[in-house]
Amino acid sequence: MATTALDQPHAHAAHAEKTGLWSWITTVDHKRIGILYGATAFFFFLLGGLEALIIRIQLARPDNNFISPETYNQLFTMHGTTMIFLAIMPLSSMLFNYLIPLQIGARDVAFPRLNAFSYWVFLLGGLFLNAGFLFGAAPDTGWYGYANLTSRQFSPGHNVDFWNMGLQVLGVASLAAAVNFFVTIVNMRAPGMTMMRMPMFVWMSFITQVLLLLAFPVIAVALILLMFDRFFGTHYFIPAGGGDPLLWQHFFWVFGHPEVYILILPAFGVVSEVLPAFSRKPLFGYAAMVFSGVFIAFLGFGVWSHHMFTTGMGPIADTFFSLSTMLIAIPTGVKIFNWLGTMWFGSLQFRTPMYFAVGFIAMFIIGGLSGVMHSSPPADLQQNDTYFIVAHFHYVLFGGSIFALTAGAYYWWPKMFGRMLDEGLGKVHFWLMLLGFNLTFFPMHFVGLNGMPRRTYTYPAELGFTLLNQIETVGSLLLGLSFLVFLINIFRTSRKPRNAPADPWNGATLEWAIPSPPPEWNFDRLPVVDGRDPLWEEKRKNGGRLPEPVAGTGAGIHLPNPSYWPAVTAVGVAALFVGIMMSPKWGPWGIVVSVALLFFGLYSWLFEKGYSEFRTPSHGGH
Amino acid sequence: MTDHAHALETSTGLDSRKLAIWTFIGSECMFFATLISNYLVHKGKSLVGPFAHEAWTDPATGQVMEPIIEIPLVTVGTALLLFSSLFIVLALYGAQKGNRKMLLGWLAATLFCGMFFVGMQVYEFTHFVHKGLTLSRNMFGASFFILTGFHGTHVTIGVIWLLTMFVLALKGKLTPNRSLNLEMAALYWHFVDVVWVVIFPVVYLIR
Repeated sequence: MATTALDQPHAHAAHAEKTGLWSWITTVDHKRIGILYGATAFFFFLLGGLEALIIRIQLARPDNNFISPETYNQLFTMHGTTMIFLAIMPLSSMLFNYLIPLQIGARDVAFPRLNAFSYWVFLLGGLFLNAGFLFGAAPDTGWYGYANLTSRQFSPGHNVDFWNMGLQVLGVASLAAAVNFFVTIVNMRAPGMTMMRMPMFVWMSFITQVLLLLAFPVIAVALILLMFDRFFGTHYFIPAGGGDPLLWQHFFWVFGHPEVYILILPAFGVVSEVLPAFSRKPLFGYAAMVFSGVFIAFLGFGVWSHHMFTTGMGPIADTFFSLSTMLIAIPTGVKIFNWLGTMWFGSLQFRTPMYFAVGFIAMFIIGGLSGVMHSSPPADLQQNDTYFIVAHFHYVLFGGSIFALTAGAYYWWPKMFGRMLDEGLGKVHFWLMLLGFNLTFFPMHFVGLNGMPRRTYTYPAELGFTLLNQIETVGSLLLGLSFLVFLINIFRTSRKPRNAPADPWNGATLEWAIPSPPPEWNFDRLPVVDGRDPLWEEKRKNGGRLPEPVAGTGAGIHLPNPSYWPAVTAVGVAALFVGIMMSPKWGPWGIVVSVALLFFGLYSWLFEKGYSEFRTPSHGGH
Repeated sequence: MTDHAHALETSTGLDSRKLAIWTFIGSECMFFATLISNYLVHKGKSLVGPFAHEAWTDPATGQVMEPIIEIPLVTVGTALLLFSSLFIVLALYGAQKGNRKMLLGWLAATLFCGMFFVGMQVYEFTHFVHKGLTLSRNMFGASFFILTGFHGTHVTIGVIWLLTMFVLALKGKLTPNRSLNLEMAALYWHFVDVVWVVIFPVVYLIR
């Protein structure tokens, strides 16, 4: 058995469960941070959904004036930005936080306080981004913020600044978290958990961290350049001063395309966990799944200009980016066939998570096919900036990411909260969501090909788009209703007794071996792994299901102390960007004070008593 | 008691903090790659002078002005920065062997080089602004200041980090079993040097 120092008996008392607001602010427990990520992201998801519903109401009738064009611009910008950066990414982060340490058999992430820091920076960045609404200056230039729409000349207000600074704050959170999870996965695996034995969710998460590490610095620089254009008089993206607006598009999509895989790869991982569990079969083609994920990520850095075919890059660039884009269909196809291969001849159990996972495959195929359609430049010239594109990316992001994340929510809910979500309501949720989703987005293919432009607040009746738009609006309301059902399910479940078994789905991965919800220290003894699907292997040896684990006391297990310095440092980071934004009014003082706060928080963190980061223990001591 | 969190053997045998610095450096490569691309894309796109390598005519006075870059001073700064990479290796060796004199001496030498470099850059920037090159003047000013400025910020952070290490060493807290703390700072310092090895020719030497 694993005889690591953590298991050495010491005079630690049993860990009492900590409660209260302060315990959440100072927590460094990856499970609690995961729940914080989940709750915050779900709130922003509902907010982004509400923005979408207002957009759909505006488009329900031709020549409608339910909202002004200015408000419409703010809503579609904030809907996109919110769903990408404040909903799907942090919902994935919730699963990274909660599951990676459990699935690799670790007690926590490599840097628990850095993890808390990431969350607080993310929260403040999300609030920053949305603060524009309070001042009537929400971002209004699209989630891609194309130059020179974002220049002082065309956007004199603070709208662009809320977007720019908000995203920079969020970038800090993402990068800190990516370093943390990368190191956690490389370095914190339980004995025997080799890379090629890791659960597929961990593998896809790992690839996602690499993408984050390599793609986010690019958008960070682009946002900094934009900030200099707006505040310090440079002309990087302004042609009048010799700058190049197209450069923004290149920078943005060098980040933006890997970002697409940052959104979808964790979802691939979730589905690769759910499908084997409910097919009662190991994942089909494990190695092919790993390498197709790596291949997708690699190609993801070589396809960015397929977002820019209409800018006239010339035949050579068009050909290259068209071919590299088409290549991505190969590893993606490998994945889809492997999921189907996993289900093939399995003893399928149609529980709620399985519904969403199968729904994911079907919807994602549709989105993938339309994606291959506009990898062809001549086709793309027709489809670019129309609702066809809107249909495409909602099929991959909603039909893909959100379906998979919802599958994950139903699948891991009992592990996280010790209560099983209601199956009946879950299935109502699924059917309403599937119906609402397809009613909303399928007709967009047709109106798009017929020429209805994106990002336009209304359309005239004579164009004949009315009926399909009305269907879309009805669909979107059904979609909203489906999440109302989910909320009711969550509420009703929260009033039920905490009686979920440790292993409700007969799972294959390590998190199902420990009680639901897991104790703060995760594993009473660190597991030793000798193959893939370690829990199935153990059950096979045991000749059936394992007995319900006995709750331990955690005595003798060292856990990192709670700390509020990560939160203080996070405030310093957010304050820095507020300071830059207000610098025309406040002068340099906002920046100076926030940098001082940042350093104060950082040094207090680094030299915090009771933490060992400063000391390298000698290994001979035990 | 607090030691035990890190007494855990890691999967790779490499300390997690060291791996984190390497990971961070990997990410930083993309940061500087983007800034360098930004410089190269805007090279030669300036509508007015001052230019880096060519003489230019001041539109206000009609005077022909010299190219703005002065290579000798920057070469000295570059040389010192490169030598500082050697110095910090020696300082780290001192820390690992418990040789306090060696640690403090070479760390001080490293700090001197770092501070000289930052000072050199402050002088250069003020000098350029004096000669009319600002962020808003032309594309060369914009892309020069942001590239070398962000590098300078990195050097400054490195200096603050190494100063912290110096204070710890003075207090006798940088013992051999804690030398990893200096090693992490050293890794970052080497990275900042290596980036300058790319920036120096791109900005100052290639015409």
